[in-house]
Amino acid sequence: MSYHEAPTIAATDAPRLEQDDRPTLRFVTCGSVDDGKSTLVGRLLYDSKTLLDDQLDALASESKTAGTTGGDLDFALLVDGLQAEREQGITIDVAYRFFATKLRRFIVADAPGHAQYTRNMATGASNADLAVVLVDARKGVITQTRRHSHILSLLGIRHVVLAVNKMDLIGFDGDRFAAITAEYLTMAGQLGISRVQCIPVVAPDGDNIVAASARMPWYTGPTVTAYLESVDVAGDVSQRPFRLPVQWVNRPHAEFRGFCGRIASGTIAIGESIAVQPSGRRTKVARILTPGGERDRALAGESVTLTLADEIDVSRGDVLTAGPAPLISDQLAAHLVWFDDEAMVAGRRYLLKCGTASIGAVITTLKHRIAIDTMAQESAATLDANQIGYVHFSLDRPLVFEAYRDDRGMGSFILIDPIRHRTAAAGMIDLSLRRATNIHWQRLAVDKSVRARLKQQRPCVLWFTGLSGAGKSTIADHVDRRLAELGRHAALLDGDNLRHGINRDLGFSNAERMENVRRVAEIAALFVDAGMIALVALISPFRSERELARHRLEAGEFIEIHVATPLAECERRDPKGLYRKARAGELKGFTGIDDPYEAPQAPEITVDTSELSTDAACERIIRYLREHDYL
Amino acid sequence: MIGQTASTMAATPTRTASGDAAMPGAASHLRRLEAESIHVLRETVAEFRKPVMLYSIGKDSSVLLHLAMKAFHPGKPPFPLLHVDTTWKFREMIAFRDQRARDLGLDLIVHTNDDGLSQGIDPFTHGSARYTDVMKTQALRQALDLHGFDAAIGGARRDEEKSRAKERVFSHRSVAHRWDPKNQRPELWSLYNTMLAPGESMRVFPLSNWTELDVWDYILLEDIPIVPLYLAAPRPVVERDGALIMVDDERMPLLAGEEPRWRSVRFRTLGCYPLSGATVSTAATLPEIVREMMASRTSERQGRMIDRDSPASMERKKAEGYF
Repeated sequence: MSYHEAPTIAATDAPRLEQDDRPTLRFVTCGSVDDGKSTLVGRLLYDSKTLLDDQLDALASESKTAGTTGGDLDFALLVDGLQAEREQGITIDVAYRFFATKLRRFIVADAPGHAQYTRNMATGASNADLAVVLVDARKGVITQTRRHSHILSLLGIRHVVLAVNKMDLIGFDGDRFAAITAEYLTMAGQLGISRVQCIPVVAPDGDNIVAASARMPWYTGPTVTAYLESVDVAGDVSQRPFRLPVQWVNRPHAEFRGFCGRIASGTIAIGESIAVQPSGRRTKVARILTPGGERDRALAGESVTLTLADEIDVSRGDVLTAGPAPLISDQLAAHLVWFDDEAMVAGRRYLLKCGTASIGAVITTLKHRIAIDTMAQESAATLDANQIGYVHFSLDRPLVFEAYRDDRGMGSFILIDPIRHRTAAAGMIDLSLRRATNIHWQRLAVDKSVRARLKQQRPCVLWFTGLSGAGKSTIADHVDRRLAELGRHAALLDGDNLRHGINRDLGFSNAERMENVRRVAEIAALFVDAGMIALVALISPFRSERELARHRLEAGEFIEIHVATPLAECERRDPKGLYRKARAGELKGFTGIDDPYEAPQAPEITVDTSELSTDAACERIIRYLREHDYL
Repeated sequence: MIGQTASTMAATPTRTASGDAAMPGAASHLRRLEAESIHVLRETVAEFRKPVMLYSIGKDSSVLLHLAMKAFHPGKPPFPLLHVDTTWKFREMIAFRDQRARDLGLDLIVHTNDDGLSQGIDPFTHGSARYTDVMKTQALRQALDLHGFDAAIGGARRDEEKSRAKERVFSHRSVAHRWDPKNQRPELWSLYNTMLAPGESMRVFPLSNWTELDVWDYILLEDIPIVPLYLAAPRPVVERDGALIMVDDERMPLLAGEEPRWRSVRFRTLGCYPLSGATVSTAATLPEIVREMMASRTSERQGRMIDRDSPASMERKKAEGYF
């Protein structure tokens, strides 16, 4: 049968599946190694009849060969997915599991108990509505329980099920259960975890998982499943002010300019007045495009595309808002859960990603660290992996945000190490450190797009990177002159020349080189704001710095030009005699000799002056600008 | 063609009356998944220089493509589709693929590992493990390297298989396209670390939180075109190693005593025909499929030969760069 002849299935044939109405509860499980988390999750999957015959067969055979239960079904094997985990008998990463009961669907993040993997627990908790915390009835509340509960509280989890497992090993002792319950409730109260349900269980046997346990008649509360099916965790972000972090600008053709994003909070309707933050410019919503077609209104959680009544400058990282102004500041205080093996360093530059904005950030002060056992604040100089602290940040430019306790989507961020690209920490914003948080940027009646139109060009930065002597300044100078001939407005920023002026205070240490690049990127961005084409000629040897410069601009505004003349050729030319000095050891840390040059991965343009004349290189660049509608 | 095309859907948007609940209760679960996936697709386009969507022609790819059409409406998805063609796909899949790309006006890149082809690698004589490595894993790596894609969007779901359950939505790959499951980037909220060093790339999985049932429910709800092989029809099959293999062309060597028989079968997952086991079924419409699936007692990957090669075989293949 060819597919042309396949029957057409009308949408009206669709049966209304009863599953469709069941809401989803996302929860995380946490506890120490050997408390039985994976077994509990495996048991929930098993008892909910989510497991299918071939999976059960595989479980039975694996239980015999790899199980730790003497050949009985080892439910933990269902969840411990990675080979290394099965070999070591521990969970080393978050696993996501799906099951459903008659009343609800569930997505479980099974988070590991090993101390060094706390970061994964925070990961699992970040998208959870509720947490199931396991404790071993023989051990009660231990340091790990406190650590996990603290992270849960920081991540805004207000609902906890405390599953006191292995009740069979303490003879189903109700008094011991009551003591553990009391101790945990005290701690939860201090942490602001408002709703706790304590349940005594035996996970491998299923006691109080789905069915009430006959072995613990003194417990009259709900089973784990019954509680998960009924708990009300709704926190209605639709009631909060409208916030839409702009993800992407959709410009398929000249007549359409839409701003895409997922509504973080609130609702929006056609005709409503909104502000573009941080500029503060106001306009009205013209159209609302949703996955289901055009609509008059949309609410939190939906991925939408809005068009606006006025043509104003909006780009990724901006936030469309209505109602009370959000917090806007370049100074803020936040809780941090440190992930990276490399300790936190105050004064180092990280990339802070909040919503859709990525901004260079420096931790100015570590105010305190949290002692996990006592939850006391202690002074410290640094945070190691899995430690929690409270820090002050200084950002390269103002961020639009809310306090995490009010709005998870607008108050959460990750910190990225710009050199090694690791996710160094997760953060929850507590407050803005500026007195007046709603000082807007000077409202600019004439914006970038207006200026660019006046000049009939698309502003951009041509960033020439390459070894000393590669020909960056020479080519940039040629391009500058060609642009002038073409009647375009450009400005040349030469690294050497800038070091005589604005960067005269900077030396050549790594930190000073980074600051040099940052300043040049900022100046280039100002030229772009002014509607100009900025030409930057700078060795800029590190890819991460060039990426930061790229991030400072909007998509398409940063054109990386690799002047890829080989080292041997640069050294042969040696126009300033620097290579000779470096080889002679008179110049330390010279790029290409005893300091690395990280070539661009995918530059927009590559020119090699050992193959191309300066004129040809220049023409290649001009041609690129023409073909990509910059000129 | 099953149902109307997504482009028709997108070109004639309908507007519901003011005051309608934005996310109607009846399908709020699917609408939430839809919104999450669209968010991931848009992040990919905003954060990467040269993304590509892996289009495997299966039901998950159909859903993924439908979501991409919605995410970038009224524009087209700003990335090409890439199909790694082993040359052993069902003929109906190839016809469907070409028709979809034409209907939607999308760029389709088809890549085949020519080295493997010239070496005559096939699933019968070289075994499914070797064949999969050469014609799928290596072919995919070749294609990604050839075009310099820095992000590859795929339709994998966490409910498919145990090692998939630990996969990130944005999953980092080394220069050699390897996945390091013990050193994954933490992924919190919906904030994704998209930074890459030279030569590294990202695999992106917008359907991470969907289940197989969600995929079918959504296909039904949105009337998404799928390959007819998912629907039961009489097809010539032989029984081999406990699986029903469809004899899709004359290249399939029949063993002694094997006689293709016409049986009413359908496929729960589609791949290379020699490696895709059929199930006996009379479910010839989408609602029947969904009903049959809800009553099913086996998982969808059961029909896949490649997962069974050895314990942890999927995890190993993923580490090597398989999707």
